[in-house]
Amino acid sequence: MRFDLIGLTLFFTASMGLAILTGRYIGRVFRGNSTWLDWLGPLERQLYRLIGVDPNEPMTWQQYALALGTLNGVWLVYAFGMLLVQSVIPVWNQQQIPDMDWMLALNTAISFLTSTNLQHYSGESGVTYFSQMGVLMFLQFASAATSLSVGVAVVRSLQPHTSRNVGNLYQDLVLSITRVFMPLSLIGAIALVLTGVPMTFSSYSVIETMEGVSQTIASGPVAAMLPIKHLGSNGGGFFGANTAHPLENPNAFSYLINLLNVLLLPMAFICFVGDFLNRRKLAVILFTIMTGYFLALTIPIVTEELRGNPAIQSLGISQASGSLEGKEMRFGTLASAVWCGVNVVIPAGTLTGMHDSFTPLSGLFMLLGMQLDAFYGGVGSGFLYMFLYLIIAMFIGSLMIGRTPELLGKKVGIPEMQIASVILVALPLLYLGATGLAVAIHNGHPDVGWLSNPGYHGFTTMLYEFVSSAAGNGSGFEGLGDNTPFWNLSTAVVMLLGRFIPLIGPLAIGGLLLQKQYVPPTVGVLPAESWTFGLLLAAVIIISGALSIFPAATLGPIAEYLTQYHF
Amino acid sequence: MSKHLSPAIRLSLVLLVLVSVIYPLVIAGVAKLAPGGGDGETVSINGKVVGYANLGQSFTEDRYFNSRPSAVDYNAAGSAGSNKGPSNPDYLKTVQARIDTFLVHNPGVRRADIPAELVTASGSGLDPHLSPAAAAIQVARIARVRKLPANRLTQLIGEHTEKPLLGLFGPETVNVLKLNVALDQLR
Repeated sequence: MRFDLIGLTLFFTASMGLAILTGRYIGRVFRGNSTWLDWLGPLERQLYRLIGVDPNEPMTWQQYALALGTLNGVWLVYAFGMLLVQSVIPVWNQQQIPDMDWMLALNTAISFLTSTNLQHYSGESGVTYFSQMGVLMFLQFASAATSLSVGVAVVRSLQPHTSRNVGNLYQDLVLSITRVFMPLSLIGAIALVLTGVPMTFSSYSVIETMEGVSQTIASGPVAAMLPIKHLGSNGGGFFGANTAHPLENPNAFSYLINLLNVLLLPMAFICFVGDFLNRRKLAVILFTIMTGYFLALTIPIVTEELRGNPAIQSLGISQASGSLEGKEMRFGTLASAVWCGVNVVIPAGTLTGMHDSFTPLSGLFMLLGMQLDAFYGGVGSGFLYMFLYLIIAMFIGSLMIGRTPELLGKKVGIPEMQIASVILVALPLLYLGATGLAVAIHNGHPDVGWLSNPGYHGFTTMLYEFVSSAAGNGSGFEGLGDNTPFWNLSTAVVMLLGRFIPLIGPLAIGGLLLQKQYVPPTVGVLPAESWTFGLLLAAVIIISGALSIFPAATLGPIAEYLTQYHF
Repeated sequence: MSKHLSPAIRLSLVLLVLVSVIYPLVIAGVAKLAPGGGDGETVSINGKVVGYANLGQSFTEDRYFNSRPSAVDYNAAGSAGSNKGPSNPDYLKTVQARIDTFLVHNPGVRRADIPAELVTASGSGLDPHLSPAAAAIQVARIARVRKLPANRLTQLIGEHTEKPLLGLFGPETVNVLKLNVALDQLR
């Protein structure tokens, strides 16, 4: 245990170091400076020619958003259509897997388009190898590039000069793929193959076990999908059991590669912000807040899981290794709980242990982490949430001391404030409203059979599903019978709104700020680059964000915790 | 919108070729050079494949080290955990029944010594490992059934205990399949 803590501390320190280097590298890529991948230049020019665009054509934020919307529309139609007819696609179809019904196909397409990866199907029996590679992994790359591009465009619009040009979407997307996600995925996939993760297009094999039972072994092109699943904050695993599956994550070495892939780009993006804007102190402040909240959410999950499940304790057996239902022995309780903490604050949302079986109070911290979505957050998108909190905090702080709100030399006006506050109110409204609807339906028809766990835990299951959908996280309390018309359609709507509102909103705010005149800093403004403001920002996040989920959490994990221990 | 439609479709096609065809084929090519050739490492007895090293299989007979309970009965084409909540009464009854069964098969074991992993299901339903403690508690039973000295079995567990990576990452584990293969070869 002590050694595990030393190991994890070393690992996180190393991750931060790599993130700083990667952040600088991303800065060079998007400023157009030379990098070690410049030999890709001719290939990229060929790509622009094939796409038929001029990568240097300026775009306003509206044009950028429109081009992005069109692309995402095309991807949605493609993915939805392919999943409907996956059984007739002649290549990479290993096991006579049937077509998806339209509601599941719609849910799956939206789920991967929005980087959520909720997965109401099961990887082994629900999708062909072609769908895994040509639809789902395709969307994992595409949605990750979307998040990174918008993140970069917003950062670009925080520069001091006055302009209407937030950058060119096609250039941002192509560079995201060729310079960031593809090279890192190649490295990650090759490393994973060496740890024993399969990469094959053969059909499932059947063996006879030592006790004489027939066992069918699902396999496939797993290693290709894993890096982008984590790097892009996607989270959709190859198998039903996600990263807990021993073929996705066979040992401690693969665990570290996978976890590094989850952490790297969300952390690096904050370093990129500081580097690109030449505002290192701002990046340090944001990084500190994010790390602080990440630890504040993860440490309680770890201690709760190590303490074990009191209901199991009362059966009189040894829980020396912590609460082990839904966890794997090769990771143990500590590493499973740390993985959980990382994957709720970063919306990759992958599982090495089943969140449904975690102890009650852990569920509270999972909900908080997912819903705030900014403690590193997703690649690109985590900063977008932080940007919204920045705007709100700047407005509140400036009003409190009677100054004009300014962010990095640009006046924050009423429209910017309206957009930011509408988004931060709309998202809780979305998941709380949807949960309310689900509870109403469930209570009207208790025989609907959604919930495999009764009581408070059942309520948490439904709340979790919608919070996860709205935040683009994609993890779930998998005890939910979620491949049903209600859950497929309702979460599809929540995922779409939960993705594109917080993507387009910050882009609009950035576009508005970029058009304004730069005002050099004076004593009359509240500087964003100060620890005092950092403290205010941290308070605003917890007050505005956490309070919106607390009443609902009281009915779910807190109530379950209290009844387990004290009543 | 129409101005953006043509680049959108063309970009999608280019991206599809790049990430969904070229990239996986490159990785599959590299995997051919890796141990196991990208198909996963198998375990064989006398040339007959009896399992995958990284995938658990069901061991419930008294003469073998039993594996952990599995929510999907070690179905390697349908991995899943139980997803039972920590306070679910039906779940707690299941665990109670597993404890009772274990005590029947392992007379002399104290209830307080049973490690939780032997009566709880893993996340994947395919957990290939036990802790050394969970293997050790089965030694008396296997020694009796197989008429082997207990210290020989304890030694076998020691030989098959995998240490944490660099001594820093993860708990000590025993691969149940490999342990049982070795157990069958003891004479």
